[in-house]
Amino acid sequence: MKINIRVNGKMISDDVACDMLLLDFLRYHGFYSVKRGCETSNCGLCTVWLDNKPILSCSMLCAKCDGHEITTLEGLKKDAEAFAYFMANEGAEQCGFCSPGLIMNVLAMEKELQHPTEEMIKNYLAGNLCRCTGYMGQLRAITKYLNRHQGGKNEADQ
Amino acid sequence: MKQINKPTVKKDAYALLSGQPVFTEDLALKDCLVIKILRSPHAYAKILNIDTTIAMRIPGVEAIFTYKDVPSSRFTLAGQTYPEPSPYDRKILDQIVRYVGDEVALVVACNEETALKAMKLIKVEYEVYEPLLDFRKAIDNKIIVHNEDDYKLLCEIGNERLRNICSHDVTIYNDVDEIMRTCDIVLTRTYHTKANAQAMMETMRSFAYIDTYGRLSCVSSTQVPFHIRRILSNALEIPKSKIRVIKPRIGGGFGAKQTGCCEIFAAFVTWKLKKPSKIIYSREETFTASNSRHEMQMQVTIGASKDGIIQAIDLYTLSNTGAYGEHGSTTVGLSGHKSLPLYNHIKAARFSCDVVYTNTMTAGAYRGYGATQGQFAVESIVNELADELGIDPCELRFKNMVKENETMPMYYNEFLNSCALDRCLAKAMEMIDYKNKPLRVDLGDKVRGLGVAISMQGSGIANVDIAAVEIKLQDDGFYTLAIGATDMGTGCDTVLAQMAAECLECDVDQIVTQGVDTDFSPYDTGSYASATTYVTGMSVVKACNLLKHQIIDEASVLLNVEPEHISFDGKMIIAIEDDKAISLQEFANRCFAGGKGKVLIASASHVSPTSPPPFMAGIAEVDVDKLTGKISVNDYVAVVDCGTVINTNLARIQTEGGIAQGIGMALFEDISYTPKGMMRNNSFMQYKIPTRLDVGSIRVAFESSYEDNGPFGAKSIGEVVINTPSPAIASAVAHATGTYIRTLPITPQKVLLQKDED
Repeated sequence: MKINIRVNGKMISDDVACDMLLLDFLRYHGFYSVKRGCETSNCGLCTVWLDNKPILSCSMLCAKCDGHEITTLEGLKKDAEAFAYFMANEGAEQCGFCSPGLIMNVLAMEKELQHPTEEMIKNYLAGNLCRCTGYMGQLRAITKYLNRHQGGKNEADQ
Repeated sequence: MKQINKPTVKKDAYALLSGQPVFTEDLALKDCLVIKILRSPHAYAKILNIDTTIAMRIPGVEAIFTYKDVPSSRFTLAGQTYPEPSPYDRKILDQIVRYVGDEVALVVACNEETALKAMKLIKVEYEVYEPLLDFRKAIDNKIIVHNEDDYKLLCEIGNERLRNICSHDVTIYNDVDEIMRTCDIVLTRTYHTKANAQAMMETMRSFAYIDTYGRLSCVSSTQVPFHIRRILSNALEIPKSKIRVIKPRIGGGFGAKQTGCCEIFAAFVTWKLKKPSKIIYSREETFTASNSRHEMQMQVTIGASKDGIIQAIDLYTLSNTGAYGEHGSTTVGLSGHKSLPLYNHIKAARFSCDVVYTNTMTAGAYRGYGATQGQFAVESIVNELADELGIDPCELRFKNMVKENETMPMYYNEFLNSCALDRCLAKAMEMIDYKNKPLRVDLGDKVRGLGVAISMQGSGIANVDIAAVEIKLQDDGFYTLAIGATDMGTGCDTVLAQMAAECLECDVDQIVTQGVDTDFSPYDTGSYASATTYVTGMSVVKACNLLKHQIIDEASVLLNVEPEHISFDGKMIIAIEDDKAISLQEFANRCFAGGKGKVLIASASHVSPTSPPPFMAGIAEVDVDKLTGKISVNDYVAVVDCGTVINTNLARIQTEGGIAQGIGMALFEDISYTPKGMMRNNSFMQYKIPTRLDVGSIRVAFESSYEDNGPFGAKSIGEVVINTPSPAIASAVAHATGTYIRTLPITPQKVLLQKDED
């Protein structure tokens, strides 16, 4: 079937199988930041935005995205870089395989939650698995990132 | 020191954090052939007939390979130095299938969909055997897992194949039985740790192609590229000179990728068809058909005087290697050799072990590599001893723990150069305010407990691990550092560059680290056994010092001065007496200019005669819900002695990550099988790894000792960090509830029902 999806601002028209997953569609079109870590919608690695809301691209048919807008990490260069700075300064990316999905969700969380507590952050991101870091470094990076505009010298800058 | 003990950002951080295509699947050729594997539904069977005729008729199917098509040589997938102590007990495809998931046929097609369609049309006739599933019944069972005559052993490992014994060993230090008789208290307990999945986020994957020179190139997510080259050579029966293995970025390994996996399939298909192919394991395949931690049952007897001085420990470990023997004989060794030396003042010790075959998935390497299992047993019985004697568990450890400058009879008689374990424990107690906290507090709905454990590991395998590096001065004065060690996310590309930058007195950015390509990288056994920082680090130091000498010698030619007059500060080459100076940049460019120039390259390799242990102390504060039995880790404090910390951020993250994995092992992770031998936990639905809601607060600190044999005083960190959670949490739960759970994981069911079994 023929579909038109706007990915990171650019229209992609394609003829796809009706059961093609958005994840496979995106990787096929070269958006390699989108990773697959499981087949059971558990890991959060394939998180992208559908009309600016985070979704698991492994659980979405690309046919259903016809006429919609998809954002991947490749499309969020500037915002992602700002957060990446804090992740890198904590060494919290480690293998980096789960980073793109996490970043997509952190940036979505920033838009959705006002001044989230540590508990709210953990709950929002509970679906983003990471086997390397034990999550502590990620939490440090996220907290510093969210507080980056609140004056004072940031620990990460030292 | 300018570069050591700094939170240097990982060299690959921004590539990873911007989602660059740097992993195996991202790099595979887009239209290459796709391989899917038909797997055995039976735990033990013989293939009587395979009919692929109909499947081959599906358009787009390129080939289907069965046991009839593959070379007959047996080999091991264990990524170990040759001659491997793992039996050569498997083929690429075998007529006998030995566990549910064992490979039956390789379906090669133009895409995944076609391959899966064809796979359903393959007809296989099996003669189904009764499987051997319980490893406690393996020895002398009438079912024999490896009955084949072409089974091969390269090393003496106490193997008795027809008794299902993969390996057997005994280490004796003085007369345990005699010392036990003199003890005021003797406890005997049995502990059982389960098979755990490493569960790295990137599943197993490889692709292969034929290069310009007709050689086989295999790109793989592996920790051991050079061992993979040998494994492919053994499996395909082609010379190593025909094989090139390339390691791109790896999405985590934790030991899983120290064992070969799907490389043999991509390599075989490509070599056979002379076409590029790729194989990407699903999460289910990675769970059910790669490798896991060895399940172990350990019986420990401990004897002590009533004032809490431990006199003797007797440990017997039974380990389940599953269907094939990868890492069987070596992991089990660590269960004793890296647990008993913690109590080095004992007068006698005995460690005996058996590793057995069963019809379950092959076990392999997983962070901790047997030490994790052995320390669960030994640390647990020490905790039980403390409780029996009414002595505080930390105090009991201070009375008995190994100390600096001791010789360790149960650790290959190595001399302990560096050890800050006492400081680690004292610091951990301070961090959690131990002295002001009782071991048990009733909180109404919940009850809170404290538990402690100490740990050690090694730094590389003494006299076995070998690492070479090559450093080149490039024009404009930057350096390229070629290494054979594999960064799997841990950051060794950066850590080794920090060391080179420290030696050459430059910025880390001036060192370009080159990841592994077996054609271009100097040999390295690979990233495992906590070896990289310690072993490869030393070869970096050696090579950089050689290069520095070369720079001075060459500068003396170019400047026409005595080498003794020259000093090099990383930026300028200066001969004060002769009033001559040249910048490194100009010097390097003149080296490349011909005439008097000379290209400067230094290489060095390193083998360590010892494996200095890093140490760690961990204390867990755990809440148990009285009604539901739910166990939550509130606070986990850990203090590590890894010698000099090279990268403060990465060492901290390693520790936090290891503890989180340890919490998973302690509380949830449990590979189990149906009575027919099918793995129950084949997805993240059934096999729960900790989420960020499960880890509570993990707090880490360092108490450094200085290891003379390590680079800048460093030891290892990668593995020691996973060992303390299981025993510390088990003890905390016991203090909270009065029930000692000795079979992992410690689930609410076991706690509520006070039933210490599955």
